[in-house]
Amino acid sequence: MKSLGSIRRDFAPWNDPNAKPYIQFDRVTKKFGDFTAVNNLSLTIFEREFFALLGASGCGKSTLLRMLAGFEEPTAGRILLDGQDLRGIPPYKRPVNMMFQSYALFPHMTVEKNIAFGLKQEGMPAPDIEKRVAEMLRLVKLEQFAKRKPHQLSGGQRQRVALARSVAKRPKVLLLDEPLGALDKKLREETQFELMDLQQELGLTFVVVTHDQEEAMTMADRIAIMDKGEVMQVATPAEIYEAPTSRFVAHFVGNVNLFEGRVAERTAGTTRITGATGAEILVDNGGDASAGADIVFAIRPEKIKVSSKKPADAVNALEGEVYDVAYLGDMTVYHVRLDDGQIVRASALNAARVSDDPLTWNDRAWVSFRPDAGVVLTR
Amino acid sequence: MTNIAAAASPSAETAAALPTRLAKGFVGRLVIIIPYLWLLFFFLVPFIIVFKISLSQTAISMPPYTPVLDFSEGVSGFFAGFSALNFDNYTWLTQDALYFNAYVTSLIIAAISTLLTLIVGYPIAYGMARAPATVRPTLLMLVILPFWTSFLIRVYAWIGILKPEGLLNQVLLSLHLISQPLVILNTYTAIFIGIVYSYLPFMVLPLYSSLEKMDYSLIEAAQDLGCPPIGAFWKITFPLSLPGVIAGCLLVFIPAVGEFVIPDLLGGSQTLMIGKTLWNEFFANRDWPVSSAVAVILLLVLTVPIMFFQQAQARAQEQGK
Repeated sequence: MKSLGSIRRDFAPWNDPNAKPYIQFDRVTKKFGDFTAVNNLSLTIFEREFFALLGASGCGKSTLLRMLAGFEEPTAGRILLDGQDLRGIPPYKRPVNMMFQSYALFPHMTVEKNIAFGLKQEGMPAPDIEKRVAEMLRLVKLEQFAKRKPHQLSGGQRQRVALARSVAKRPKVLLLDEPLGALDKKLREETQFELMDLQQELGLTFVVVTHDQEEAMTMADRIAIMDKGEVMQVATPAEIYEAPTSRFVAHFVGNVNLFEGRVAERTAGTTRITGATGAEILVDNGGDASAGADIVFAIRPEKIKVSSKKPADAVNALEGEVYDVAYLGDMTVYHVRLDDGQIVRASALNAARVSDDPLTWNDRAWVSFRPDAGVVLTR
Repeated sequence: MTNIAAAASPSAETAAALPTRLAKGFVGRLVIIIPYLWLLFFFLVPFIIVFKISLSQTAISMPPYTPVLDFSEGVSGFFAGFSALNFDNYTWLTQDALYFNAYVTSLIIAAISTLLTLIVGYPIAYGMARAPATVRPTLLMLVILPFWTSFLIRVYAWIGILKPEGLLNQVLLSLHLISQPLVILNTYTAIFIGIVYSYLPFMVLPLYSSLEKMDYSLIEAAQDLGCPPIGAFWKITFPLSLPGVIAGCLLVFIPAVGEFVIPDLLGGSQTLMIGKTLWNEFFANRDWPVSSAVAVILLLVLTVPIMFFQQAQARAQEQGK
């Protein structure tokens, strides 16, 4: 994999073996009765990182966040923050703050008092509190709403108050539990960028829990994909998308075509895969699959080209029939039923206004892709 | 499409909707009228009768007071009776310190009992609200359970517990915690115990309902921001449960002021409360006009907190919480 990395290319402490981890989950297990919410999980997060925990509901991501905040104690294992073991430290003594999914704004206090709450607990002198609150209000652009009560605000404004309140104390780590979950789509997109700017501006470490892959892909430096209390993969958004290490991750993020098959031959540069139904695929990188192993070949729809004739230079080309065409404006999605019965999803960017190779229902068609377009998964 | 259709035939639609709307308006008004009628017949009319009696004088007759607003002797008789009405009974109440003392004592006893009920009831309600959701209906049932037995019998049972040779003293004596039986029965302490015991559900239920709907993540948020649990209780939980506190306190305070059964059974002859004074005036002295005046004043004394309660409720509703 040549150029997969973070967009903020200068920031990649996870590639630096000397970088000091900031938050460490060390073989953490959390059980609620018979139910194991988090199973022997280890994870490292670095200072100033924007880290996302992504997974379906019930995968243990919120439990992980709550353990970091101190609302739950691990059944086994340790959580370290900046080298300090957090076990036994109550939530009100931890240098982390959390932005709750429900926002949890105090309904009987004004916006101002909500933001000042944590600072008062700290025993900060009143003039300093006033200054900090004003600064926070400016940061989230709510200066004229200082005297309002939470129920007099819109959803987006409440979200910003919650954010201002949770960063007012300048915590070492900000935990965000589905921070944009309650906002509508347009507001969510705007707020994503606001959150990223804020994180840069304040230089804080953000750990965000989300079930929305787009949100995680947009904002995070690294994403941990979780399933059933375990981490499936931790990587940058680009790596997660382009080089998933398991069928679960490939399926969970974006759309993917999966070809069941077996490694027929493996040489230095090329791996030949025989599909379960006879098709043959050549791949540059066979991953850790050895000859004879049962594998899955995963390829994203946009990496597959659909044409009416077999491309002359194609290494991998499979023939079939157009089964479905969906025109989405910016792109067209084809579903091609291969002659062996498998349905392949391919998307083509509508770069030209008029296509020179129009394909429609029931046309014979070829799907082709480069040998480095997909990944071989053994899990 | 729907918009165009609606715009094209606005009159047709309104015409069709009119009868249902009228019916709805009528039913809606009927629903409001029923409680008003109830209050009219069972509160306002009796009150006017009591007020009317309070303006007359005692007489050895049946009923035992001079007739008022009575047409049996014609229009002139009505006016004669009307001119005989006066506020003598009310002046009388101010002249005998007994009544003033009884009112003040009742208010103080009710206030102390309400505070004690709140102190006992709050932890119970809090525990119930924090209990697992599956257990809550059972706990709620347990709070309501005493209502299944007669109030009178339950208060009577306290005599058996509190009297000098009663259960409580026997237990304490046998445990050698005391050498002399405690004198509790026929004191104000017994009245407090009786009121707290009897009115506890009225305190617990509104408290529970306001605590139960509170979002627990608020407490977590307070702790997350550096507030220890006890601080979080006073800064978040308690202020947010205030509507329940006010409702519970008024539900206990108002009936406790006029309470008769508890001071009569547990308080003995030494204790002075307005409910007992009223009863004595009515049944022992057979002075209906004076007892009616006592009742009217009591009602006024109690109306003030009710108005306060309604105002507080209206304010809470305005705040949307």
